Parts: sequence; C-alpha cells; structure tokens
Amino acid sequence: MYEFKFHRPATVRQAANLLAKNEDAKLVAGGHTLIPVMKQRLASPPHLVDLSKVENLSGIEMKGRALSIGAMTTHADVAGSPIVGEAIPALAYLAGVIGDPAVRHRGTIGGSLANNDPTADYPAACLALGATIVTNKRRLKAEEFFAGLFTTALESDEIITRVTFPLPKKAAYVKFRNQASRYALVGVFVARRPSDVGVAVTGAGADGVFRVTAFEEALKKRFASKALEGLSVPADGLNADIHGSAEYRAHLIGVLAARAVDAANGK
Amino acid sequence: MAKISLIVNGNPVTGNVDPRTLLVQFLRENLGLTGTHVGCDTSQCGACVVHVDGKAVKSCTTLAVMVDGQNITTIEGLAAGDTLHPMQEAFREHHGLQCGYCTPGMIMTAVDLVRRKGHDLDHHTIREELEGNLCRCTGYHNIVESIAAGAKAMAKSA
Repeated sequence: MYEFKFHRPATVRQAANLLAKNEDAKLVAGGHTLIPVMKQRLASPPHLVDLSKVENLSGIEMKGRALSIGAMTTHADVAGSPIVGEAIPALAYLAGVIGDPAVRHRGTIGGSLANNDPTADYPAACLALGATIVTNKRRLKAEEFFAGLFTTALESDEIITRVTFPLPKKAAYVKFRNQASRYALVGVFVARRPSDVGVAVTGAGADGVFRVTAFEEALKKRFASKALEGLSVPADGLNADIHGSAEYRAHLIGVLAARAVDAANGK
Repeated sequence: MAKISLIVNGNPVTGNVDPRTLLVQFLRENLGLTGTHVGCDTSQCGACVVHVDGKAVKSCTTLAVMVDGQNITTIEGLAAGDTLHPMQEAFREHHGLQCGYCTPGMIMTAVDLVRRKGHDLDHHTIREELEGNLCRCTGYHNIVESIAAGAKAMAKSA
C-alpha cells in the first residue's frame, strides 16, 4: 500500500470540503473493496477520507411509502433489520448473501453503490426497485446513477447520504455465486412495482448492471415465470471469463429470472 | 503518523501509526498479540478475524486508524486467566484443529456466531456461517462439531 493522508471528518460538509480541496482524495466507508485494491497498489489515493465518524449517515427507517437506508448502514444491519424484513424482504435477503459474515459487518450500501462493481448485488436491487440515491447535492434515480463499469454519476466531491426504495408489491433476488469470491456470477432482481415491473441483472453485463426490458414487458402482462418462456437475452455484450462464457451467463439470466419470479410469487 | 487510542482485550492502548497500518499489523507488530494470524491477506480466509465492538471483522482489511476509539477483542482476550473460554475448550475437546493456523479466526467467528444466532446451532447453519473462514487441514467436520458443542457450553457458562 502506498502512503496516504488520513482524514476523519465529523460531518458530510467537512467530508465534501476535503474531497473538493484534495485532488484524487477517496472516500472510505467499510473499506472492503478499497483497502484490498490499495494493498494491490491498483489504487493509490493520496488522501483517504473516512466516513465512519460522520454523523447521520447510517440507520434504517420508513419514510411514508418508501424505505430509507443510510449510506453507512452495513450489510449485516440491512440483512438483520426487522424494518427491511417487513418492507422489502428480498432486499434483506440480498444483503445477507453478500460476502461472508465478517465482510457484512464492515461493508456498506453506500460504499457498494459508489463503487458500482459489475458483480455487486445492491446495484441490481436499486435498478429493479427504482431506488433513489440521495447525495449531499441532489437526488439521483438509479437509472441515471449507474454509468458503466465502476462508474457512477457521482461528482468528485459528491457523497451518497442515503438510498430510498419505493415499496414493491412483490420482489425477489436470485444469485448464482462464484464459489470462491461469493460475488454474483449472475444475479437477477425482479420487482413487481405498483404500475411497473423491474428486472435488473448484475454480474453479467460488460457495462455493469442493466435492465432486461423484454422480460419486464412480458411480466407486466402476466407476472408469472411462464411469461418468460421462449424469451432470452442475447450473449452479445455479456461478460466472458474463466468462470463462464457469455452464452452461459445469457442462459443463467433466463433461468434465474424465472426462479426470481417464482420466488416473488411465493412458489 | 496518526495517533490512535483503543481498548484491546479490556486494556486501553495508544499508538502512533502510519495510516497504512492494518489492524492486524498493529495487533501483531505493535502490541505483540500474535494469536491473530494473516493467512490470505485478501479478506477471504478469516485467519485474522477479531471482534470490533463485539462484531467479527477481518483485521487484514481494516486500517488501525479506522477503529480508533473502538473496543477490540482478539483470541488472547477470550480466556479467563488459565481457564479457556468454552469455545476454546470445545475445540480442544473435539479436536477442532490440526495445524492450528486458522483456529484463532475460527474461534472468533464462532463466538460471534453464537452472539448472533444463539446456543442451539445445527451443522448446516454452522457450515454456512463459516464461509469466510478457510481450513486446509481438517475437512471442517471437527470444527463444526466443536462449534456446536462450544455454543452449548457458552450457554451454561453465561
């Protein structure tokens, strides 16, 4: 790991000032992606701004008909939260299948979203559920937030403060895990929203998380796994690596989407 | 350099560290607590698991400066003097180790598991919960037996 200066602001405003003042400064939340990457010297930020002592960044609450989760809320807290379990059980399930128990004690929802790893779980939930990512500057729809591999719409001094999820009628997440890394080889989040259907895929897209509009249209007409029969996702534009070809991932998307619809329907 | 002060195994500790110092390095090299091991150094194997404010955390993926002011428990902090912690005793009794390298992390994970899921743990749950701890000797069978027994023993001693 290369040398860096460590900062520990107490407020979001202080953190944003540190980012604005120091070029190439990086925020650290739980650190479970950034620290390994710094150890490998793939990242070498000269300034690290730690969010762990910033006030009002964690916590889970219902705000009207939406679930609000603070950016520094850990995966373990989301997975174990009775509020999330009641409001969007698929989201609690998703948080509980990230990494392993010790990783879930440190990793945070804000960190995961800001990193936008193409195999991370939360981006699929945000896109399928139509979440809003709230920052110190504005509110971003999930649609406009994710901008390709490890890339988001966040500006250099912008900080995620919380994420709000409108409540779906039904939802489910099905993840096919890489056995070694526990990341999603493919993960599909399906949500039946009050006037819409969201189907989002992680792990497979060469540009990161994406929606499958053909599946959404079919499920809008009839929310049953049978509605997906005969439909498929082209292998074009999907990841291929030693763990699976693009064709294999395309096949998995169809299989997992059908399973997710069944799970959402309680089957 | 950055000044940190934390509680380690009940004792207040201060240090003046390079911000790059990992929690596991601080424990081993500054405090001489070498029971916490570095296995993979990539947050996968779990040999470095310690408790931060009571929760299992991989200390190879946590900077010492990030836990400033917090309460750390390492494997050295479990026993009461010469009396082993019930989970340690269960690993001894059920031969839950061979080379012993992964054992501190296994035991710290197991104690955290009991905190979260109680004293009556079935083998399936234990195996699922051990996904972040690797052992290359035992094949896990005796580790799982040890944790099930240790969890029950912790109920009696509590």
